[in-house]
Amino acid sequence: MIYFDHSATTPMRREVLDAMMPYFCEKFGNPSSLHAYGLEARRAVEEARETVARAIGAHAAEIIFTSGGTESDNMALRGLLKKGGHIITSAIEHPAILETCKSIEQEGHDVTYVPVNHDGIVNPADVEAAIKDSTVLISIMHANNEIGSIQPISEIGEIANAHDVCLHTDAVQSVGKIPVDVDELAVDMLSISSHKIYGPKGVGCLYVRKGTRLRPLLFGGGHEKGLRSGTENVSGIVGFAEAIKLIIEDFSDNERIKKLRDRLIDAVLSGVGHVRLNGGRERRLPNNANFSISFIEGESLVLSLSAKGIAASTGSACSSKKLEPSHVLLAIGLDPVDAHGSLRLTLGRDNTEDDINYVLEVLPDVVHKLRLMSPLYKCECEDTGYGKPE
Amino acid sequence: MYSDKVMLHFMDPHNMGEIENPSGVGTVGNPVCGDLMQIMIKVENDVIVDIKFKTFGCGAAIATSSMVTDLAKGKTIEEALKITRNDVAESLEGLPPVKMHCSNLAADALHAAIEDYKAKVKEKTKEAT
Repeated sequence: MIYFDHSATTPMRREVLDAMMPYFCEKFGNPSSLHAYGLEARRAVEEARETVARAIGAHAAEIIFTSGGTESDNMALRGLLKKGGHIITSAIEHPAILETCKSIEQEGHDVTYVPVNHDGIVNPADVEAAIKDSTVLISIMHANNEIGSIQPISEIGEIANAHDVCLHTDAVQSVGKIPVDVDELAVDMLSISSHKIYGPKGVGCLYVRKGTRLRPLLFGGGHEKGLRSGTENVSGIVGFAEAIKLIIEDFSDNERIKKLRDRLIDAVLSGVGHVRLNGGRERRLPNNANFSISFIEGESLVLSLSAKGIAASTGSACSSKKLEPSHVLLAIGLDPVDAHGSLRLTLGRDNTEDDINYVLEVLPDVVHKLRLMSPLYKCECEDTGYGKPE
Repeated sequence: MYSDKVMLHFMDPHNMGEIENPSGVGTVGNPVCGDLMQIMIKVENDVIVDIKFKTFGCGAAIATSSMVTDLAKGKTIEEALKITRNDVAESLEGLPPVKMHCSNLAADALHAAIEDYKAKVKEKTKEAT
């Protein structure tokens, strides 16, 4: 099986497992305990905090460990929100932000969703225009999980600063793939997830710039400076720190991945027919390829590829729990039929030239087989409006 | 999430394709919603002697299309009209709950094809008289 779904999750690195192992059975202490076991665990957590902070140009005291990206996003939004406060976000955020915003709206708060262009990029001027007196927070993702579009966060950061509004960014997909520095991005809060960078699942962090006042979501023993009660996930935190350290050390591997990805995009666009790239080629994560393949449906495509040993994903409605096509693909202007036919391939450190060759060998046949099955395929000639040949 | 039987029919669907000069054609669904099914039947002496499908849709949509052609082939049109969505789902050893409504359209497509055949027969009888 060849894995092309690194934006969903990544295989944990052996070195990360090795770093974590002592913290299950031997160094099992509670970091809040005063004895040697406790101190040992406390030291591990604080060292991990230093490591994570260093990776994003932050201070250790600004890192709050959480259970992952979703919790960090929830904490940023709900922690900062004040009564009557207005939030600005984008139309292509991850559900961890969008669903939180919907729930905040239901509670009577005001949320503005700024649009994106065809390439899936937010215009900073739209963000500035949306700012009102009541605006307390702007939350725009650093890079999109479906089409890999990279947002102009530094520019939005300058705008946020000028208007004295907090800026949060969900950097779950960007850390390790493009430079992430909290000062260069000019953000006040930033979410990271460990399992997207070859670390363990169930752990991540929220960077909170010094001076940013947040309210906790979880109450209890006052862990993480009172912002996130609950005994620290020591082994997970240690693994997360090891993973972020390694991915920063290996940053240059992104060049290799980008070359593989570019070859994949060029060959699919020229070799499959009636296919388009979703999102632009510039301002795109180095590992992301997302296509719309006309006349076929994404779930059946992903199942067929899986049967051939290729793990990929789709923004098709049939694959989602809500049975709606991807909000990201609709936001960049795709019609629902093309959104149903989307295929996302996200590369990672384990992918090789051979993997790309194999996809290029298998994909055209799989697409052809499904197209022969599709009543829309012939519509291409009859022009009933269903098919949309380029 | 799919049963083995669904995967078998999805990977190697039965009766996929089209019939030249079909006795009836039924098309249901909407590609905007992600599913479009077309069933063609050849009827001789009220018996469905041949049946073919074409489907744009998810794994369940393709598997139910394949299954309904198996269930209907060789049946009289009256028998075939009695095939329900549930019969199709049960023959596939079940479908995920979310797929029961949206992708289980194959029985509807079969019924539409039979109705189309009946309408054509009526038309012809009218012309004859």
